[in-house]
Amino acid sequence: MTETAGPEKVATADEIGLSAREAAAPPHDAAQAAPYDATQAAPRDAASWARKVDRLEVGHRAGVRGTNVAGRRLTGPVQGFGKMWQKTYRMDAGPQITPEEAIATWREHFPEFWPKGNRFAGALTGINPGDVALLDLSIGGGVKLSTGVFVLYADAESFTLMTPQGHMFAGWITFSAEREGDMTTVQAQVLMRANDPLYEIAMTLGGHRKEDKFWAATLTALGRRLGLPDPRVETRSTCVDSKRQWRHSRNVWHNSMVRSVLQMISAPVTGFGRLVRGVKSRA
Amino acid sequence: MNAPAITMDVRRVGDTTAVVDIRGEVTAACEPVLMSAYEAAGGASTSRLVLNFGGLEYMNSGGIGMLVTLLVRANRQRQQLAAYGLSEHYREIFELTRLDEAITIYDSEESALHGVVR
Repeated sequence: MTETAGPEKVATADEIGLSAREAAAPPHDAAQAAPYDATQAAPRDAASWARKVDRLEVGHRAGVRGTNVAGRRLTGPVQGFGKMWQKTYRMDAGPQITPEEAIATWREHFPEFWPKGNRFAGALTGINPGDVALLDLSIGGGVKLSTGVFVLYADAESFTLMTPQGHMFAGWITFSAEREGDMTTVQAQVLMRANDPLYEIAMTLGGHRKEDKFWAATLTALGRRLGLPDPRVETRSTCVDSKRQWRHSRNVWHNSMVRSVLQMISAPVTGFGRLVRGVKSRA
Repeated sequence: MNAPAITMDVRRVGDTTAVVDIRGEVTAACEPVLMSAYEAAGGASTSRLVLNFGGLEYMNSGGIGMLVTLLVRANRQRQQLAAYGLSEHYREIFELTRLDEAITIYDSEESALHGVVR
C-alpha cells in the first residue's frame, strides 16, 4: 500500500495549450462562456443520475435485517472523518468481452459476485439509478453489520454506489469497464474516508486489508462469470488526503457496526416484548 | 482511456482570484486537464478559485470524484472553491452528492467572485 501526498504530478499548462490570462481580463457571465444555453438542453447524462434525495427510503427485503438505512442521509468523502483513500481494483477481461457486456453482467448479477457470508439485497431489476440496496456484511464473531448503499449513477459502461450515514466509509465506489487497445479492463474504484473515529481505527487495524480482499474476490468472481480462466486483480491504494476531519467525529452516533451489535444483543428482549404485546392485545 | 472532450481556460480576476471556464465533458479522463488548469490558476497568491460550469455538457460520477480530488488540493493550499453556471440538473447532482457543502454554488460570476450567496 502506498501513501502519497496526493496527485502532485500533472502535465503543465503549456503541454495542453492552457494559458492564464491577464489580470485585467473583464469578468464575463455564464451565458458568454457557454457556446449554448446549458440550462435549456436536456443533458445526455440525465437518465444516468439518481434523482435528488434528502433521506433514504427503503422497504423490507427478504434475507437481510434491513436496519440502519431508512431515514439516513447519504455521505460522500466530504462528510467522512478519516484519511481519504482512493483504491483501485483492476482486472484484464480479455479481448472477447466488450465493456458494455462486462458492465451489463456486473449490474445484472451484482450480488452473486460478493464473497460468501455477505448479502446484498437490491432491487429485482438489477442496479439502477436511485435504487437502495440493503447489506448484511460479515464482520467476524458471528456479527453481521447491517447497512445499505444507494445507486448514485449507472450507464452502459459504469455504475456508482454511494454510502449512507453509519456505513463503514463515507464515499462512493465506481465500477467501470473500458477498452484499452484490443483488451477490455474492468475496475472497481473506491473514493472514501472512514465515516467516524471507530471505523478509522478498525480500518487501520485490518479493515483496509479486509476490504482489499473483498473487492479482489468480487472481481475474481466476475472474471470467472465472464469466462476468464485465471482472473488476476491488481490493487492500488493511494492516500489522497492524510488529514482527518475531526469536525465529523460525531458521525459515530450513526455507527452501524455499534448499532448492529446492540440490535443483535437486544433482539431476544425486543422479540419477547413484541410477543407479550401481541398476547395482551389478543386478550 | 479516451482523450477527454473538454477545455478549461484560466482567467485571473484581480490579485487573489482565478476563474476556470469549463467547456465539454467532465469525467475521470479529464483529470490531467483539470489539474493543469489548477496549476495555472492556483499559485500561492490565489485564495479563491471559481469554476464556471456554464459550458458543461456532460458529467459522470468519475467527474464528481475528480472534483473531490481538486477540493482536497485546494484545501491543502487554504484556497476556497466556488462554482457558478450550473444548470438545475447539475446543481441537483452537487446537492445529491453533498459536494455543495464544500464548493459553494452561486448564480453568477459576479456573486461567485464576491462570495455573495444566492
